[in-house]
Amino acid sequence: MMLLELQRRMAKAVMQPLTGSDRIALKTRDGRPMRIEISEFIRPNDRLTSIERLEIYSRSYWFRVLDSLCDDFPGLRAVLGKRAFHRLSRAYLSDCPSQSFTLGNLGSRLERWLQRNPEYAGSGHALALDPLVRDMVRLEWAHIEAFDSVAEKVLGPEDLLELGPSFRAGLQPYIRLLALEYPVDELRIHVNQASEEHGTASNAVLKQKHRNLTRRVRRLKRERIYLAVHRFNSMVYYRRIAAEEYGLLNALREGQPIGMAIQTGFKNSSVTSDEQRSMLEKWFAAWAELGWLCPPARVKIEKVTE
Amino acid sequence: MPANRFNGFTDYGIGIGLRIPHYAHIFEKKPVVDWFEIISENYMIDGGRPLATLDLILERYRVVQHGVSMYFGSAEPLNREHLRRLKALVKRTKTPWLTDHLCWGSVDGAYSHDLLPVPYTFEAAKITASKVREARDYLEVPIAVENVSSYAEFHCSEMAEWEFLNEVVERADCGILLDVNNIYVSSKNHNFDPYEYLNSIPGERVAQIHIAGHSTFTKFTLDTHDHPVIDPVWKLYDHAIRRIGPTATLLEWDDRIPSFDEVHAEARKAEQYIHAPVAVGL
Repeated sequence: MMLLELQRRMAKAVMQPLTGSDRIALKTRDGRPMRIEISEFIRPNDRLTSIERLEIYSRSYWFRVLDSLCDDFPGLRAVLGKRAFHRLSRAYLSDCPSQSFTLGNLGSRLERWLQRNPEYAGSGHALALDPLVRDMVRLEWAHIEAFDSVAEKVLGPEDLLELGPSFRAGLQPYIRLLALEYPVDELRIHVNQASEEHGTASNAVLKQKHRNLTRRVRRLKRERIYLAVHRFNSMVYYRRIAAEEYGLLNALREGQPIGMAIQTGFKNSSVTSDEQRSMLEKWFAAWAELGWLCPPARVKIEKVTE
Repeated sequence: MPANRFNGFTDYGIGIGLRIPHYAHIFEKKPVVDWFEIISENYMIDGGRPLATLDLILERYRVVQHGVSMYFGSAEPLNREHLRRLKALVKRTKTPWLTDHLCWGSVDGAYSHDLLPVPYTFEAAKITASKVREARDYLEVPIAVENVSSYAEFHCSEMAEWEFLNEVVERADCGILLDVNNIYVSSKNHNFDPYEYLNSIPGERVAQIHIAGHSTFTKFTLDTHDHPVIDPVWKLYDHAIRRIGPTATLLEWDDRIPSFDEVHAEARKAEQYIHAPVAVGL
């Protein structure tokens, strides 16, 4: 057997989902007994059969990728519950195995996959993806991207001397702008706090906290929010922003000059020109403090999808 | 043979793996450590905290890069984007040599994130060696390949593991990262004599040594890196040092990680073997 063929057959067996009791499947995807398939390339020894030897790798693979997804999407796990999240994870990772050298990219296709498979987003949402689930996935993926994406040189006061309508500024590539239908940022922060306490609290306290979290998820009310997921001193933060600010920042990211970007941001806004001036002063001051603006030329222009 | 062309003619002593739970201790106490080994993939990113932390470490300590996903033994070509990111990191850390595993882990674009064993065939040796050469030429840094722990053997293997390792390193003209714990683990899983393995490898190619702890189950032994090094592995290490000479050594501890001091103390146990009188060429 040539090397490539052997590696394809072994990878197929290793990455095939485990049974409900976390054992290697009895049959391959095309219905062949797994025992026979594996015995054709793995040698048994005096203690383990061929399939038992391969099972060590298969279990290790699945435990590793499931743990990684669980670490990356704690908020989604809180929204769906432990069992539904596990079911989703197995199905997603079976359809979308890792395509990157880093496990950090494991969730990159989760939102798109959920759009096609909404039945995994909890009971009662089989026809369309529950916006709460979708929003949490977006937020958690944005968090991962904001953590280690590139930072460009920050525009300083000397760069802003020529600030006028035709001035172009870019937005730091690590910033993710989100328009969400649920205030999932608060929920995610709460989940984080709960998980930090996990190592120190007693079982009784943990159970109570779990009940509180479940209640919090159930009571979460629909509320349109705009969020900038950004990084400051290497920490990821969620900053609520106004709809106009969201529009303006997106326009800057798309490469519009500041004058046009302001028009875009305030296009459907009812604020007065005085209010607008005051908002702009406040926003530009905050962006300067947070280092959000950078030169436009080196920034990859990305269309942000809502 | 502490310094050779496979470790950039350096003379590093006892190192430990740089791990997140130890960051606070390292930055606060600034302990004296010969060198740190980093997992390259953790820093092959564009920005953020991991790189900022690495830069602080580089200000004070010597760092050697250890990779887990170059997959020299994969039948498919090297990933160019992976190499590009790795080269950027090599420039940042100025690692005198670079290591990765003699294994495979991805096929048709799907990654297992594991160190899967390669069948010990001449075809696999040829492919693996050619990829090691290609990586070294692109990265412009000496490369040493590490023997992995394995739990499976293939019908199609044409030689023993140590013969395969020799075949690869001779063809690639590269170094060896000799993991004595992996030799011990595999010897238990595949019923071979670990000393025969050690006596068969070309000592002049060993750039670095790994030591670690593992876990023993009823039917197999697992390379878990979550325990201190056991005596039989220290004995193997002693034998390796006597045969090869004092060599840069690193303790791997990746799970259930104890305090920095505990990990460092465990690693420094290697000093008694390194400083013992050496009879090279046993």
